[in-house]
Amino acid sequence: MKNISKKRVVATTGNGAVAEAMKQINPDVLVAYPITPQTAIVQDFSQFVADGAVDSEYVTVESEHSSMSACIGASAAGARVMTATSSQGLALMHEMLYIAAGSRLPIIMPNVNRALSAPINIHCDHSDSMGARDTGWIQLYSENAQEAYDNTIQAVRIAENKKVLLPVMVNLDGFIISHGIEKAEFIEDRKVKSFVGERKPFLPLLDVDNPVTYGPFDGLGGYFMEHKKNQADAMERARDVILEAAEDFAKISGRKYGFFEEYLLDDAEIAIVTLNSSAGTTKHVINELRAEGLPVGLLKLRVFRPFPAKELAEALKHLKAVAVLDRALSSGFVGPLFSEVQTALFNLETRPKVINFIYGLGGRDYTLHEARKAFEELMTVAKTGKIKKTLGYLGLKEVEVLV
Amino acid sequence: MKDWRANKLMPGAIIPKGGTAREYKTGGWRSATPKWDEEKCKQCLICWISCPEGAVLVKDGKVRGIDMDYCKGCGICVAECPFEVIEMVGG
Amino acid sequence: MKIKDLTEKKERLTSGHRLCAGCGAPIVVRQILMGTDKPVVVGCSTGCLEVSTTIYPSTAWDTPYIHSAFENVGATISGVEAAYQSLKRQGKLDKEIKFVAFGGDGGTYDIGFQSLSGAMERGHDMVYVCYDNEAYMNTGIQRSSSTPRGAWTTTSQVGKAEPGKKQNRKNLTACIAAHDIPYVAQSSPSSWKDLVKKSTKAFDIKGPAFLNVIAPCPRGWRHPSDQALRIAKLAVETCFWPLYEVEDGEWKLNYKPKEKKPLAEWLKTQGRFKHLFKPENEHIIEELQAKVDKDWERLLKLCGEA
Ligand code: SF4
Ligand code: SF4
Repeated sequence: MKNISKKRVVATTGNGAVAEAMKQINPDVLVAYPITPQTAIVQDFSQFVADGAVDSEYVTVESEHSSMSACIGASAAGARVMTATSSQGLALMHEMLYIAAGSRLPIIMPNVNRALSAPINIHCDHSDSMGARDTGWIQLYSENAQEAYDNTIQAVRIAENKKVLLPVMVNLDGFIISHGIEKAEFIEDRKVKSFVGERKPFLPLLDVDNPVTYGPFDGLGGYFMEHKKNQADAMERARDVILEAAEDFAKISGRKYGFFEEYLLDDAEIAIVTLNSSAGTTKHVINELRAEGLPVGLLKLRVFRPFPAKELAEALKHLKAVAVLDRALSSGFVGPLFSEVQTALFNLETRPKVINFIYGLGGRDYTLHEARKAFEELMTVAKTGKIKKTLGYLGLKEVEVLV
Repeated sequence: MKDWRANKLMPGAIIPKGGTAREYKTGGWRSATPKWDEEKCKQCLICWISCPEGAVLVKDGKVRGIDMDYCKGCGICVAECPFEVIEMVGG
Repeated sequence: MKIKDLTEKKERLTSGHRLCAGCGAPIVVRQILMGTDKPVVVGCSTGCLEVSTTIYPSTAWDTPYIHSAFENVGATISGVEAAYQSLKRQGKLDKEIKFVAFGGDGGTYDIGFQSLSGAMERGHDMVYVCYDNEAYMNTGIQRSSSTPRGAWTTTSQVGKAEPGKKQNRKNLTACIAAHDIPYVAQSSPSSWKDLVKKSTKAFDIKGPAFLNVIAPCPRGWRHPSDQALRIAKLAVETCFWPLYEVEDGEWKLNYKPKEKKPLAEWLKTQGRFKHLFKPENEHIIEELQAKVDKDWERLLKLCGEA
């Protein structure tokens, strides 16, 4: 108890919690560009800079494409570097996301999840980060402000580990978490400082006595495929590193993290798999349904890349039916998280039936009512052993569609 | 990184040392060869500063010849020499 | 400045690069890098210079180098510079290091314009060099906003209905001068003294500096491989490419030809303008000449020479 006595319990928004983590990490370079609903993070950081509370060079770029480009330059130079974004911003930097990961640069970036246009909408869904699935970034998801704070701090250790050297994206739900005020516990500054340590860059540009070349052309006569395999292997190695970082983090925070959180899953027969804030609502409904005697549970995924397929299959294999909630569309097929979960389960001898619900696009509410509907459908599937419809929507309004 | 080779992969395809291109000899590209005449040369060094390849060999501030390992035979040194010291010969 | 002293400097762009024989770009780069003795970190936008100097595992850079993408060398090198400022301020680094970004005209006038503008406005202590060969050469000679009017390129073809590029080129040097940064200059490798001097000034000045340097391309301009510097020189002598600088807002002409040569003399050295000499297109040459004259007069005024 003694070593966790100096925690600060505060009321904070998700953005405030992330900004606090960034302040405590005190990166060498912070690249800032505004976009709703992320803006408050870089605003807070500007105040830290103005107050002299951080050592960071604060670079205010003219677009997100440039923000990721500047992060790449700064990280290759040898600095610890962070930025934050959302939605269109993440989409605009898409090209650079691949280059950051392919150049093996441990950049840390909170992404406040928001829908992508069109139509333009500033509210939460996961189409931004899901669109970045194959960019080579490690992706962590956060149910609430506390987890966003905790993930941001752990991200530094994961990204910069010599076995990994990959950028990490920390996702939190736009407005619902970024702007909602809730309770969170902040760790003492000095403990965060010693947890993240100093970056020891590998072959940095600023070691001018040992000139290195970043970003060469690696064509047919080269080793492009081997370099990509090397990058994929680093992502594999990140699995252990994520768990090690979580273990060490528990020592300074008292909070335990893994690839996912299981909520009343052991003895459940049906369960929901989801990401981020919808887990909170789902837990509430699980408590109600459990009180009615129904065997329901939840798996809340924290680590989406690398995808913990083996562990997830192990955790879900005893179930009769699973509903995967996707806060993103992949027009023409099922939701992206559903695809991954179903793939993870496919080679099991006996496996649960899996259905998919699209929910919450553009910030559409996911209420107790929607969670209940998902469980009701699951109960039918579990009882009949038959899937009527693989893909359904939660919370759609009645409309008339012309074309 | 002295013993570094192409198939010793660095993260991010980083080339861990400078100037490895020197191992690639561009002299084979030549279809004509500049011939420099030491006798006639006034040592103005214009050919040296004009060569796209850095192939004009200079030591102690004096032109000593042309590095045929790298000279691509473009002829710029011939065109730029104010004293018609260099001429292009076939092959 | 003595040319002999320059030969003492380390070649930071080494032999063994794979740019075409007679390419203007490596001449520009060599002369730029002669401008400072301090360690230099180089950034490069995607393009001929980038591809041909860093074909894995071969790098022609004997100095730290980074390429990330096409449209963003301004932002990329500004990130490197920001890291340097931070680490230096925190006492984690004590060397003095310089930063230079190289972009072609495609990567500078067009797709990289925003990133360049941002980097200049933020005031990074860096030099941006555009090696201007007046088209997208790496992808096979497509028109850019730097391509002169009337020039043939593979996306401004010449035929019965069209006489090559229809638009005048963008005056990028003036655009960047309008950013009110400490130093902006236009130069040519045919005047090595002018170029090396401007490079030194650009590196020494605190804050952002921009150099626009003409870099003839034998493939795209359709000229023999020995003509790059001759043609660059004619561009200066015809006042198509004047040598000038803007230091702290003061415009200064660095070279005034004794006798301004007709633009046609420059045009006829290059196959990309060949069609302009047909009778039906001769009016374009006249109009191009009128444009050069007008621009020159305006420049003279700005430089207090008129
Ligand atoms: S011919 Fe071209 S490459 Fe060879 S030395 Fe002369 S200028 Fe250099
Ligand atoms: S340009 Fe001609 S005279 Fe001058 S150093 Fe070269 S060869 Fe000699």
